[in-house]
Amino acid sequence: MTEVEKHNYDVIVIGAGGAGLRAAIAAREAGMRTAILSKSLFGKAHTVMAEGGIAASMGNVNSNDNWQVHFRDTMRGGKFLNNWRMAELHAKEAPQRVWELETYGALFDRTKDGKISQRNFGGHEYPRLAHVGDRTGLELIRTLQQKIVSIQQDDDGDGKLKVFAECTITELLRDESGRISGAFGYYRETGQLVLFRAPAVVLATGGIGKSFKVTSNSWEYTGDGHALALRTGSTLLNMEFVQFHPTGMVWPLSVKGILVTESVRGDGGVLRNSDGKRFMFDYVPDVFRKSYAETEDEADRWYTDPDHNKRPPELLPRDEVARAINSEIKAGRGSPHGGVFLDVSTRLPAAEILRRLPSMHHQFKELADVDITKEPMEIGPTCHYVMGGVEVEPDTAAAARVPGLFAVGEVAGGMHGSNRLGGNSLSDLLVFGRRAGDGAAEYVSHLGGSYPAVRPDQVESATTAALAPLTMDGGENPFTVHQELQQAMNDLVGLIRTADEMTEALKRLEELKARAAKVSVEGDRQFNPGWHLALDLRNMLVVSECIARAALLREESRGGHTRDDFPVMEPEWRKRNLICSLTDDGAVDVVEQPMPPMRDDLIRLFDRDELAKYLTEAELPTVLAEESA
Amino acid sequence: MTYDAQFRVWRGDAEKGDLIDYKVEVNEGEVVLDIIHRLQATQAGDLAVRWNCKAGKCGSCSAEINGKPRLMCMTRMSTFEPDETITVTPMRTFPVIKDLVTDVSFNYVKAREVPAFAPPPGLEPGEYRMAQVDVERSQEFRKCIECFLCQNTCHVVRDHEDNKESFAGPRYLMRVAELDMHPLDALDRQKQAQEEFGLGMCNITKCCTEVCPEHIKITDNALIPMKERVVDRKYDPLVWLGSKITRRGT
Repeated sequence: MTEVEKHNYDVIVIGAGGAGLRAAIAAREAGMRTAILSKSLFGKAHTVMAEGGIAASMGNVNSNDNWQVHFRDTMRGGKFLNNWRMAELHAKEAPQRVWELETYGALFDRTKDGKISQRNFGGHEYPRLAHVGDRTGLELIRTLQQKIVSIQQDDDGDGKLKVFAECTITELLRDESGRISGAFGYYRETGQLVLFRAPAVVLATGGIGKSFKVTSNSWEYTGDGHALALRTGSTLLNMEFVQFHPTGMVWPLSVKGILVTESVRGDGGVLRNSDGKRFMFDYVPDVFRKSYAETEDEADRWYTDPDHNKRPPELLPRDEVARAINSEIKAGRGSPHGGVFLDVSTRLPAAEILRRLPSMHHQFKELADVDITKEPMEIGPTCHYVMGGVEVEPDTAAAARVPGLFAVGEVAGGMHGSNRLGGNSLSDLLVFGRRAGDGAAEYVSHLGGSYPAVRPDQVESATTAALAPLTMDGGENPFTVHQELQQAMNDLVGLIRTADEMTEALKRLEELKARAAKVSVEGDRQFNPGWHLALDLRNMLVVSECIARAALLREESRGGHTRDDFPVMEPEWRKRNLICSLTDDGAVDVVEQPMPPMRDDLIRLFDRDELAKYLTEAELPTVLAEESA
Repeated sequence: MTYDAQFRVWRGDAEKGDLIDYKVEVNEGEVVLDIIHRLQATQAGDLAVRWNCKAGKCGSCSAEINGKPRLMCMTRMSTFEPDETITVTPMRTFPVIKDLVTDVSFNYVKAREVPAFAPPPGLEPGEYRMAQVDVERSQEFRKCIECFLCQNTCHVVRDHEDNKESFAGPRYLMRVAELDMHPLDALDRQKQAQEEFGLGMCNITKCCTEVCPEHIKITDNALIPMKERVVDRKYDPLVWLGSKITRRGT
């Protein structure tokens, strides 16, 4: 039998982005022996790609801000499909989590009175995003990385908090009663197989973007945590909601999809079509009509006098802006390379652009020969984030149906409803990272030292599955299968969807699944990208199937799910979550599950007129009756 | 414009290896990393390379391109002539694992040696007040994406394996400078820089600054000011103490 290296921990965290690192800090501070398993080198996680900032209602720039306003904005952004308890915890705890980062050494941009500066962003009523220029994600990851090092220094190098870099987990293990007993995987550098025995696993693996061709996501985003949760018996919630960020680069082709931060718009940038028109004024939906400007003059005045003017429509939530851009391109009013124009050059002095958006300037200059202080950028929608994810218990981040399993950050579902607001992901991973670490520690401490046993048969089958692509002869190249998957998802399950296209997508996914099961790779186990991709493929395929099946079932348009054949948002559908699970023979099953009604004190934060846009008639009378009581 | 480029890529492991010739398609607007990926997908499925963001933000795809330390994702093919042979080799200062992937653990060891930010006693979270002008100095250094190209190019370690023990390299000397210039850090960093991290071994040839993809002025803004402070302090500790107290008070 193939040799398997073994380790024992109390808590293992899979993923070393912001969510994973924050969870690991919490677990270690609660006394747990903790391991962090990272597919990449320590400090390279996808979190570095977050640019704009961390949303937290500290009220440093506009003192009217508070958690209730942030909660309302988050629910509106998610079109009321959010898990309201998560949105509540998130809005309440975000400021504390941001301030805490300063005690770890983070250096945010400052206000004149020396507090953390906050910037405007789509869907946020007040300037709310703590930031460092346009490289906030890098600051976050570096700060948490340095905090981990600091804890290791305090622990005096005794390995109670250890990072296993370039280590991929392929399978989670469970004992006879279904509780988590460990995780199995391999080191990328050597191909050595490795088993981590632990009673608690925190999934912090990020998203699924690598299943799409045009994406802002890196190779790591292969839906590992989503797939691991499914295969372990847990469930995924509302997988049909995928966020297409309105502004990705479109040219040159090799950089197509790379993110252009929303801060460009938050700081004054505007969208124009090929006629030079600021087209977003034509795309303000009724639910948002009250808060957005109707003329360019009013929109422009808002930047300096937000109390007396309405906000520019460029700052609508991302789903609205992405659909508007898509419509302009389809109507033939796009830019030369198939996008639209995003212009900050005529809106801010060059020096100010360099100060506020240095990495955007650098990125366009180096990759596209475009000087954003002098000319507009060409941009278009790019697959950016999945709102759906592992169904979790809000307070502890415990995953449904599997004791010992936790999920946090992009891999977890519910928090963002049908559409995430910019800036809410970094705060999400801090707030729920800490809660997941605490939740896992709490769970482990109740086991009283008696840990679930690892079943040798599970280790054996995990070993066989991991080595299969290396032993298979004459199969297909995994890179080819991956490219076809990305093309299919892009063409058939993208920004705008129809029943016919998704049925076609499901057919193609079936074919691709069969082909993926037979891929073979050249070379040996040592740092072999072909082998790594072959193993990641099955995760991407099962997650893609969940997205397509749920998207086919949800017959309405809401947030990150737009059906050409069902273009209206239906209050009846707001009451329903779609839950994916795997059947015993490995097929994806999707069922409806009722959304729990919002708590009274939270629903009272909205006025009746607004609620009427989202809730069914049947739900409304209850609310109205209570209000008049 | 599409053409076939001539690539020479180092293939091998810690034991042995060689430059292998490939002819590979190049399209308009592509960068070296695109070409390496095309090689993987079409001719060499097991070609080892690290990468993540492909946008110059994560610092994973460091290598030497025609002998120059660079990020592969930020090196555009249009900077080469179509008939030019492009040679891609792993970073030389670190031991090879496989192909373009090197063992960069030296950097993580050094990172762990630098004492962490020491929060000022008596300040609660939310009470930190700092002026923008004061945080900007350290913010420049925190732009570092840890690509380790400066560590790779610094001749103190590039050509002298023995120095790795006593020299932290530009990235981690800059980290010490960053903490020293942090308006609220409560530790004395200058003595450490000189005595534990080998600041004195740097002879300011600025090679690190030249290769930094983030254009951080490592030598001018981090290392030289640290050296000056260390010297000032050696001659007059009272001056050092005075400056530290004044800064704390602002």
